[in-house]
Amino acid sequence: MNARTTSIEVMRRRHPEIFMPAWRRNITGIVVFIGLAALLVYGLADLGFLHPRIIEGLGKLVSVFAMMLPPDPGSVERAIIYLKALGETLAIAFLGTLLGAALAFPVGFLAARNATVGRVVHFLTRRSLDTLRGVDVLVWALIWINVVGLGPFAGVLALMTSDIGSFGKLFSEAIEAADKRPVEGVLSTGGGALHRVRFGILPEVLPVMAGQVLYFIESNTRSASIIGIVGAGGIGMHLAEQIRVLEFQHVAFIIVLVLIAVAAIDWVSTRLRLALIGTKRVAMT
Amino acid sequence: MLAQGYRDAVRAKRTRAALIGIGVVVCIALSAVSAEVELGKLFANIDKFASYIGRIFFLENGQPVWTDPVEWYWGIGRWLSLLGETLLIAYVGTALGAVGGIALAFLAASNLSPHPVVRAVTRRYLEFCRTFPNLVFALIFVIAFGLGPLPGVLAIAIHTMGALGKLFFEVIENIDMKPVEGVVASGAAWPTVVRFGAVPQVLSNFVSYTLLRFEINVREASVMGFVGAGGIGQDLIESIRKFYYSDVSAILVLIIITVALIDFGTERIRHRLIDAGTSA
Repeated sequence: MNARTTSIEVMRRRHPEIFMPAWRRNITGIVVFIGLAALLVYGLADLGFLHPRIIEGLGKLVSVFAMMLPPDPGSVERAIIYLKALGETLAIAFLGTLLGAALAFPVGFLAARNATVGRVVHFLTRRSLDTLRGVDVLVWALIWINVVGLGPFAGVLALMTSDIGSFGKLFSEAIEAADKRPVEGVLSTGGGALHRVRFGILPEVLPVMAGQVLYFIESNTRSASIIGIVGAGGIGMHLAEQIRVLEFQHVAFIIVLVLIAVAAIDWVSTRLRLALIGTKRVAMT
Repeated sequence: MLAQGYRDAVRAKRTRAALIGIGVVVCIALSAVSAEVELGKLFANIDKFASYIGRIFFLENGQPVWTDPVEWYWGIGRWLSLLGETLLIAYVGTALGAVGGIALAFLAASNLSPHPVVRAVTRRYLEFCRTFPNLVFALIFVIAFGLGPLPGVLAIAIHTMGALGKLFFEVIENIDMKPVEGVVASGAAWPTVVRFGAVPQVLSNFVSYTLLRFEINVREASVMGFVGAGGIGQDLIESIRKFYYSDVSAILVLIIITVALIDFGTERIRHRLIDAGTSA
């Protein structure tokens, strides 16, 4: 008994940190947590969450959802208008993604460390891609509306511009992750820089890129469905308008349309992606 | 014989590629008609794009913006406070969404869900939350709660809950079940099982995904003002619509710098988390 207590005393002196209460070992974690929680409370108060208005708003929200049922376009003509707008949305997403991918393809090589033509080019390409991604697609839409006028074409160009930024980055990462050995093989047979890219890198990265393009068509369908809010075509214009005039049954109808379209595209693109790469999963970031 | 077989194989591959190519071209043509693509108009007006980008970097008096930063950033006080509001919207939205996402993820993960029906309902709910872009929710919430940052926060929180909930339950489904079985064997109830069996394994991944989402939400919060849901977006769309050229560049530069700083900061924290996770 006595021997045991002394040995615990010895251990306590030798490893004081292990005998600390649990909360003291993790003091930084607790301080960070309290800081974040305090910021959250401040934010809630500052942004109006503690105002009685929120109770009133919740009541209104319930009545808005009640007004949405059942989803109903009103008349067959309206339904046809919405369906056409949905087609336009899909067209915007498809063309925007494709154009963005086509333009980002060469840029991706310039932005990849192992395929670029110089460090300065590499750096400048990276920073330009960051800028393209940093500006929201709605802002690009507003800028393109100045160029080609209101309508879906501006939406296509806006999605294209922001996709160049995303694809450029993703493509360059795919290229950087490519296996070095095929490239060395091509080099050893006396191939030039273009041969190296065409036969050493392309066969490996093309399926990855195609997978990413398919994935983006799906996420761009969501973006294309709101781009109409600023006048760049697609179903978003009708959605925003019907919300403003409080025609919530129309709103619900449009929402259901978009849900079905996104689910369908998700299904098709997953199938195509699996066909492209076998059963391996595409890494999405 | 062999040569013939090789030719056949190559021909089959080429026919397939040609068919896919034709399919894609048909889709492009159909989409081009539907999206009213007018290449003539684009090429005729492409100089307007360049001149717009150029134009926003000039002040009213025709001088480039960097010659007179005080004039360029005349509204810096107002813009900084709006930018602060934008960050706060993103932070509160992310925090609320992450808390909701964590709670729902444990109900949706197939290895820890208390009941299959609970799991199915939770998963459908998460899908619904993430299918719609933030702005759709924001538009509806603006009707219910009035103009201001409140609907923006709620919209971001709901979308974040859907997106993070899905990532989280995938993380949970990949955990090692042995600690969980250990806690179950000691007779613990469901909340205790989750707390001591699962949470220690998933926490660093959760934090990492939440930081990534925060980064995305800062961008999203910067356009919430387009529909009247608070933040710097209101001033941005106003200056674009009213052709206050130098204000457009001033606000965009502020947003881009903020987003870049946050990207940089969260990436460093995430790397430290990942390093700590692998060494532990």
